[in-house]
Amino acid sequence: MIKKFIHQFASPKTYMFQVNRAYPYIFYFSVIIYSLSVFWGLFLTPEDFVQGNSYRIIYLHVPASFISQSLYLAMAIASAVYLIWKVKLSVYLVRSIAPIGAITTFIALISGSIWGIPTWGTWWVWDARIVSTLILFIMYLGLISLHDSFNNFEKADKFLSILVIVGSVNIPIIKMSVEWWSTLHQPASITLSEKPAIDLVMLYPLFGSIIGFAGIVTCLVILSSKFQIFRREKNKSWVNDYV
Amino acid sequence: MKPIRKKRLMSVLLILITSALGSYLIIKALDSNLDFFYTPSELTDQEIPNNKRIKVGGMVLEGSVLREKTKIEFVITDYKGSIEVVFDGVVPDLFKEGSGVVVLGYLNEKTLYAEEVLAKHDENYMPPSIDIGN
Repeated sequence: MIKKFIHQFASPKTYMFQVNRAYPYIFYFSVIIYSLSVFWGLFLTPEDFVQGNSYRIIYLHVPASFISQSLYLAMAIASAVYLIWKVKLSVYLVRSIAPIGAITTFIALISGSIWGIPTWGTWWVWDARIVSTLILFIMYLGLISLHDSFNNFEKADKFLSILVIVGSVNIPIIKMSVEWWSTLHQPASITLSEKPAIDLVMLYPLFGSIIGFAGIVTCLVILSSKFQIFRREKNKSWVNDYV
Repeated sequence: MKPIRKKRLMSVLLILITSALGSYLIIKALDSNLDFFYTPSELTDQEIPNNKRIKVGGMVLEGSVLREKTKIEFVITDYKGSIEVVFDGVVPDLFKEGSGVVVLGYLNEKTLYAEEVLAKHDENYMPPSIDIGN
């Protein structure tokens, strides 16, 4: 049963059908959730006791940073699935996530820089957290250009997935950078082991903004994956139903 | 799992382990060079030559800030060691006694002549009304 279900969903044709059906719901749900959370965060929560109003960029910076790392983990899992089970759709997804990951990492870097000016007094320093995030951004770009530099898709897919797995060691490094080394960036406010260091009135809209941002990014990944599927399966007859 | 897939799973794990090991060795070799700043107690433990540009981070000692026109003098402490800082310029808004700071400057006769002062804030966020004065 489960095996059959997985086999079906792993076919680009079924994936396309299901994703098209779910897309509008995810889109409207996440846009509404994100807008409401940001409105809540910007206008209905109090100032921070140290940073005043400038902390409010947290409702962009934290979702973007969190999602940029999560997308990489998703890519690493999809790469492993491709390498082990040779599921084509899986590697299409790896290639589709890469540009979206680059965009979210870029947003994280830019919003962090903007936040740094009023609080730290600088927009850029070479501390471990910022450099490891910059490496993540460069890795996303590198993976895209690596995949596109091959003439042969099979080879490209293989090298892409291997390199994604090699690069996944950077994710725990980003996460732990603020613990392992002295950095200008502060340690995490929300951890699994401890009570959040951020007050509940600010935490609720933050959670909302993370969920909403994740939904919007999911929509972008879906669009990007549709493009990759069309690109790769353009000779299949079912594709003609969509164009 | 079919034997061929088991084999592929093993190679995926092998890739993961080798790259983790490789990064671990690199990080180990770089050691404290990855730190963004020295703490004041590290400065007293190590010999740092005069006129070398370094970054020192810690807390601004309460009651140590002296201002004279644009000049400002204060003490950075990590509650184990401390160092005096002299700076001429604009400090960030978040700079205040008892909060975090990172200073870039030259060490001379146990005094740090600062070129740049950055504020470091912690991970706590809360409304001003419940500020209990920590």
